[in-house]
Amino acid sequence: MEFLLHRFRNLTILVMVIVAQLLLLAYQVRNSQDVRLIRVWAVTAVTPLARLLEGLRSNTFGFLRDYLLLLDARQQNLRLKAELDRFKMENQFLKTELSTAERAQALAAFQSRMQSKTLASRIIGTGTGTNSKIVFVDRGSAAGVMRGMAVVTADGIVGKVIAAYPTASQIMLITDANFAAGVISQKNRVHGTLKGQGHSTLLVDYVQNEEKVEVGEMFFTSGDDRIFPKGLPAGVASVVRAGKNFNKEIFLTPSGFQNGLEEVLIVLEGVHQAVPDALPPQSPGVYMMPAPPPEPDAAAQPEGDRKASALQTDADRLRERYRRLGEAQGHVFGEGVPGSRPPDFNINPDAVRPPAQPAAPGPAPQTPPAKPPEAQPSRKP
Amino acid sequence: MTEFGEGLIPDAPRPARLGKFRPAALLLTPLAAILFQVYVPLFFQYLSYLEMPLLVTVYFALMRRGPVSGLFLGAGIGLVQDSLSGQPLGMFGIVKTLVGYFAASVSLRFDVDNPLIRLVLAFFFFFFHQFFYWVLASALLGQQMRFDLQQTAISGLLNAAVALPMFHVLDKLRERG
Repeated sequence: MEFLLHRFRNLTILVMVIVAQLLLLAYQVRNSQDVRLIRVWAVTAVTPLARLLEGLRSNTFGFLRDYLLLLDARQQNLRLKAELDRFKMENQFLKTELSTAERAQALAAFQSRMQSKTLASRIIGTGTGTNSKIVFVDRGSAAGVMRGMAVVTADGIVGKVIAAYPTASQIMLITDANFAAGVISQKNRVHGTLKGQGHSTLLVDYVQNEEKVEVGEMFFTSGDDRIFPKGLPAGVASVVRAGKNFNKEIFLTPSGFQNGLEEVLIVLEGVHQAVPDALPPQSPGVYMMPAPPPEPDAAAQPEGDRKASALQTDADRLRERYRRLGEAQGHVFGEGVPGSRPPDFNINPDAVRPPAQPAAPGPAPQTPPAKPPEAQPSRKP
Repeated sequence: MTEFGEGLIPDAPRPARLGKFRPAALLLTPLAAILFQVYVPLFFQYLSYLEMPLLVTVYFALMRRGPVSGLFLGAGIGLVQDSLSGQPLGMFGIVKTLVGYFAASVSLRFDVDNPLIRLVLAFFFFFFHQFFYWVLASALLGQQMRFDLQQTAISGLLNAAVALPMFHVLDKLRERG
């Protein structure tokens, strides 16, 4: 052994240094279940042997219990089922409580309408590594900065604080491959998860193919991640296409880096804001009027209008208008002989009363008769 | 073997002609390289592709011609680099340890004072560094990183081009005699 170690001295030292750093790495890194990698490795190495031993033991010594002593299995099964039902109800109750608390919290934040308290800071360095998306700013824990705070510019979100030292803080940019945040689209209010990819574009994940997202649509923070206040711009959709696994592939151009990245704002106390409504697309140099006012209520409309509003097409509405014009002027379509006077199609059918029925007995009308159609200026159709 | 080739790859292992450096040079040069990588890309974004700590690791490992000292130098520079990055400690450490070891091992067989050899080795170790880092990040950290072959090759050429004059300047730090 000593001979081998002496002969391969360099290689032995190399292996020892690599293993030491691997152990250091495994001690720091946690997997998706927040368990240290070294623990995962140790458990993975040990558990197969333990499983084998336990299998032997249970098969050997548990034979009698499993196959011969099943006297109370049914009672035990019933008791466990009852417990499971109780836990399900308890779980449902707790979910309802949690949902109520979250709604109340969101409502309180919405009602407060306070501006977020921010701290201006300057970027003084970048992280090492060619693919690094980490920067350092000149404000640290002494200025009240804490890990997890959002970092924004006037144009949008930039990143979040991942470490706060006394005089400086480390910021993970939104383009980092480990970055994620909740976002919502401006126009169609589609929720998704914003992810960095290690380069200049961002990915919005977990948006189903059935959801509607348009190219050029703005995305804002949704506030779901508890890091960024709701309503901050995140980016503009540059590519939208249907993807595999039922989720769309949406790529964003981040809006926070539009004017460079020199000074940023650290959000010390974030306040959620409403996501602004989308403006209609405007063509440069073309005047567009504001949108027309909403239609009056159906109850305030006359009978004819109510009928008309229930119709769907322009042809239906035109036919209804002609019918009312004919009624107002006592004209029956399809009965006029050639050369007879046609009805006036230019009058307002609501301003003209239908002609009095000669055979109908009764008191005289209180209101003056409507102006005959001939008295109004008319044009031949 | 041609006359040119004979100058590059000697048939027998090279005699131990260690490049000696002052301790201050061994300490301050890697620190300057790391400071360069932290500070300069702020003003010149395109310089972020320069992996100065790697080039310094390669240079000292090649010149000192000791695998053990090379791996320890690489581990030290890599761990300092790790501490300034957002990644767990050990990622750059492991990769630069291997770079230091292999660079020092290679220096025993090649004439590392030859500019062409330096250019090729700088390109090769940059590519090795980026590829092994990608392997580690994918396998150990589970990161979904993209290994862009074309971009890495271009960055490698750029780093190799910078390595030539940089190594020439660093040669001035060697102790005479």
